Amino acid sequence: MLRLSPQDLDRIRAHAERDYPRECCGILLGRAAAELRVASEAVPMRNANAAAPANRFAFDPREHLEVQRRGRERGLEVIGFYHSHPDHPARPSVTDLENASWPGLSYLIVAVAQGRAAAVNSFELAEDRSHFIQEDIQAGAAGAA
Amino acid sequence: MAVTIHIPTPLRAYTDHREAVEVEGRSVDEVLAQLTAAHPQLRPHLFTPEGRLRSFVNIYLNDEDIRYTGREQTPVRPSDSLTIVPAVAGGR
Repeated sequence: MLRLSPQDLDRIRAHAERDYPRECCGILLGRAAAELRVASEAVPMRNANAAAPANRFAFDPREHLEVQRRGRERGLEVIGFYHSHPDHPARPSVTDLENASWPGLSYLIVAVAQGRAAAVNSFELAEDRSHFIQEDIQAGAAGAA
Repeated sequence: MAVTIHIPTPLRAYTDHREAVEVEGRSVDEVLAQLTAAHPQLRPHLFTPEGRLRSFVNIYLNDEDIRYTGREQTPVRPSDSLTIVPAVAGGR
């Protein structure tokens, strides 16, 4: 389960709308304990996929390393990632599955319909990497974790 | 002195919740072999069944991506640190 403050959820939705019709992406920093991931910050990332930003995204690896490092200095971990699906449902695509890394991370997807943020869902990779499993998103306090 | 490997949050489930693991070795290959020997459950998350590093696994030796320094054959020295960071990508 992912706990995320309404403020951070709004930031993610605003990021998705701002970058429409391109896909946006970002990192969820916070703390993880057993089955619960508590986000305390949504960090927007640059979509480094310049070739197909309307239907693909990629992090810049060095920017990712930097965000991870700065989080660690404040006792925060990378607990998941978010990205948008412009004019497409908020569920993982084949491409998302092919590119997924590890179980134990939240993969949050926000659908954007005609420029307006719509459904938001979060998923976790199955232990055998064969599929994603939808997880609950619980509203948490701002700056929690 | 050993090489310190920083373990990403989701993989700490396989390292007894340790954030960093110290191992001996002279190359990235050797320290990763030591790491996965000590924590065998990590192996499928870092390597394919054929034994190749998974394509989404980026490894930094101190600040350098090992793709540009000799990949797994990159030599390591005591007091170096390795950081494992997943490549993150996808799309609708």
